[in-house]
Amino acid sequence: MYRKRVHVQEVSTCKRRVYMSGWYNLIEWLIPFEWAKYNFMKNALLGVLLVTPMFGLVGTMVVNNKMAFFSDALGHSALTGIALGVILGIGNPIWSMLGFSIFLTLAIIKVKGANTASIDTIIGVFSSTAVALGIVILSFRGGFAKYASYLIGDLLSITPEDLVLVGITFFIVILIWIIAYNKIFLVSLNISLAKSRGINVHLWEYAFALMIAFIVTLSIKWVGTLIISSMLVLPAAAARNIASNTKQYTVLSVTIALFSGISGLILSYFLGSAAGATIVLILGLIFALTYFTKIILSGAK
Amino acid sequence: MQEQCKTQSCSQHGCGVCCTHISHISVKRGNHQILKDVNLHIHCGELTAIIGSNGAGKSTLLKAILGELPHSGEITYLEVRDQIVKRPVIGYVPQKLDFDMSAPISVCDIFAASLFKAPVWWKRSKASRQRVLDNLKRVQAEHLIDRKLGVLSGGELQRVLLALALDPIPNILLLDEPVSGIDHNGLKLFYEIVASLRQAYDLSIILVSHDLPLVAKYADRVAFLNHRTIECCGTPREVFGSQEVRKLFQMDF
Repeated sequence: MYRKRVHVQEVSTCKRRVYMSGWYNLIEWLIPFEWAKYNFMKNALLGVLLVTPMFGLVGTMVVNNKMAFFSDALGHSALTGIALGVILGIGNPIWSMLGFSIFLTLAIIKVKGANTASIDTIIGVFSSTAVALGIVILSFRGGFAKYASYLIGDLLSITPEDLVLVGITFFIVILIWIIAYNKIFLVSLNISLAKSRGINVHLWEYAFALMIAFIVTLSIKWVGTLIISSMLVLPAAAARNIASNTKQYTVLSVTIALFSGISGLILSYFLGSAAGATIVLILGLIFALTYFTKIILSGAK
Repeated sequence: MQEQCKTQSCSQHGCGVCCTHISHISVKRGNHQILKDVNLHIHCGELTAIIGSNGAGKSTLLKAILGELPHSGEITYLEVRDQIVKRPVIGYVPQKLDFDMSAPISVCDIFAASLFKAPVWWKRSKASRQRVLDNLKRVQAEHLIDRKLGVLSGGELQRVLLALALDPIPNILLLDEPVSGIDHNGLKLFYEIVASLRQAYDLSIILVSHDLPLVAKYADRVAFLNHRTIECCGTPREVFGSQEVRKLFQMDF
């Protein structure tokens, strides 16, 4: 029995290798540069190609819904998820991180529904308490340095296994964006209006918030908790400076996210800097660019 | 006068008319009773205005009808020949939208989100754009189709939302008028359009209003919401003749 399982595992890694080597060869053929020769760069590139469009898409709605602070809180609370994983002895922290961010999302929406305090205050309370708890647990007996890599992330640490998980998430996000975008859009405009159109407001409110929780948590390891929400917010914020309808907004946001992702990754290779932060820096530059374009355009009118 | 509201049944009102019965609606939030035993009959082809002081529960009543707030009591929609409509189409024009002014959302986008299956960010066919134009034509707003929502005036936005609420043609149309932000000409145009649509499509309309002179001019019936319930209801002349209403609104016209 045991032998059989090992055998099956070998076959599946083998298959994956075949699958990945197709990607590796394609990259070598397409990009005949030195940086594209290393497998970790090829993995990172595929990661960027999957993660950044997702951030560009979902970011448009995060900004429309004024949920930037919420995604920030999710990013920070990932530390608590890691800490819980350590306590519970879970090998791969991704599961405890996912579990905790789902818990946090549900708790925030629930408390928000009670209408007792403003949403900013609620998120602030939950987020800072969660972060503090995470830091206390992780720094217990001075062991925090071990986890410092989660603060800034490491895009080059993406493994083919990670890529499978990201790939699945990518397709789910695209699917939701096709079948449910209109509903989420109307809920964000006016809840009563959405209800009069027969939309299940609560369902989509939860579904969208949980989707953000998933994407943020999955990407923490590569982007880092400190800047994850900028990755989500900046492409959309830059796009909305120059877009005048939803289609332009979406296309621009995804394009900006992809462009910054790829150029940031290449730049970080030559600078030897953290890839996530380099990408965010480029996003910041693009935001400045679109912002001044907007001012010049509106001045010209 | 409250009695009159209850007893005026559909059959008395020229038979073969569809109507909406709102009976014994009460809304509680925690221990606080917001609405108590509200009764109202609305006939199609009629514009019923709800008036009352701020915080009297006017918007709450609309939200109860929408099904957004839990409430006791019953709302039934009757079609011609007294057949009950199980899943009525409700058109709703909200007071305001919760977007920020800089959001890149065009007028066409909100129609696309409400009417079509294809996601808003996808390419739109000529036919669907034509449908949006036809809708906007009803409220004299075709020229606004590609404008950003943030640049519309209060009156323009209200007309656009009205056009949105009219596709598909609803069994009942609920209008929640903004307290401020619309100039008088814009408001007058809105009332004129609502009044003409009422006849053209035989609509049942409930309008929460703050502008009494316009209500007096355009509404067919007026319901006065006070002390958590509808205290009197009738033609504008009847309701505005009541001492209590005159006193509350300090009316001098």
